[in-house]
Amino acid sequence: MKEVLADIDRWSAEGKRVAVARVVGTEGSSPRMPGATMVVSDAGEVAGSVSGGCVEAAVVTEALDVLAGEGTPRLCTFGYSDDEAFAVGLTCGGTIRVLVEPLEW
Amino acid sequence: MPGMFDALAAALRAEESVALVEVVEGPEDLFARKLVVRPDAEPVVLGSLGDADLDRVVSRDALGELAAGLSVTRHYGRHGEAREREVGVFIESFAPPPRMVIFGAVDFTAALARVAKVLGYHVTVCDARPVFATRARFPMADEVVVAWPDRHLADIGPSLGQRDAVCVLTHDPKFDVPAIVSALRTRVGYLGAMGSRRTTIARNARLRDAGVSATELDRIMAPIGLDIGARTPEETAVAICAEVIADRTGRTAPSLRDADGPIHRELVGDPHRPT
Repeated sequence: MKEVLADIDRWSAEGKRVAVARVVGTEGSSPRMPGATMVVSDAGEVAGSVSGGCVEAAVVTEALDVLAGEGTPRLCTFGYSDDEAFAVGLTCGGTIRVLVEPLEW
Repeated sequence: MPGMFDALAAALRAEESVALVEVVEGPEDLFARKLVVRPDAEPVVLGSLGDADLDRVVSRDALGELAAGLSVTRHYGRHGEAREREVGVFIESFAPPPRMVIFGAVDFTAALARVAKVLGYHVTVCDARPVFATRARFPMADEVVVAWPDRHLADIGPSLGQRDAVCVLTHDPKFDVPAIVSALRTRVGYLGAMGSRRTTIARNARLRDAGVSATELDRIMAPIGLDIGARTPEETAVAICAEVIADRTGRTAPSLRDADGPIHRELVGDPHRPT
């Protein structure tokens, strides 16, 4: 969280809305620990990360969706499954849960 | 509740302990409700999870996790009942950064301070010689202190703990014996001292003369650093920081202390070494 404070400040000063995506749970092998944080502005700017680059693009989409809609927080689960070999997932075989919500608290 | 993020951000900037608590599993009406818990501020708890009893129990647990520096998910009943799993709460602890105190204002110190900053340490450089211990020479350090090592450790020693590190780079017995003796009286997690194998043997003899026991000598990583063939100040800094990490995590890694033979070997066969 600390490493993205400056970005949040800058975007807020520019009048932009911000969504926070935070890893709140992991199972198996995962690149980042719970607490890893990515922030996304409503202009599509990104700071921080929640994985090793595997699911960031999907999280940005979720974050922009949250900002564009009613701002309801959502829990996104990313993992590997044989059925969805081409879906967004972690190549390391683990699962991460990412909570995405507007920064309005 | 507006203002919770500002309180969290202020605590993070001030490097104060703070926990962010958020409901991540359970009833929809509780989902993403939060608490910000700050042991050093008033009020200690901001926000609500929607139930006074749940708030009380979770805040108490968050203070415990924060003291241990742990981030975990815990489960409760809707009113904070233990042994129930209706509500899953992610407690993220933000502890103040660990400290690295480096004694000796030498070239290796600047490189070590840089690498330690990359790893998130609060770095103090301490040397008794005002000519060398200057901000201009160590702009990357959080603090540059002109003091005798034992005096400085008498001041800050009680605040050092398992996550912290003391690195003695002076390799001058006049400075490093009192520094090590003082550091041994603290609960610091990592204590390393630089020097050749010859320096280390001579220093250990001086330390024994100063009353240091065999058990206490075992605490000292000397010669400091992992045995990875480091040569430059920067490579040595990586070897030291890697040893600090391995020491903390309890992993096996080849420390210089546990080998013998020359610390520096012929550079033949290392065409990729940056110059």
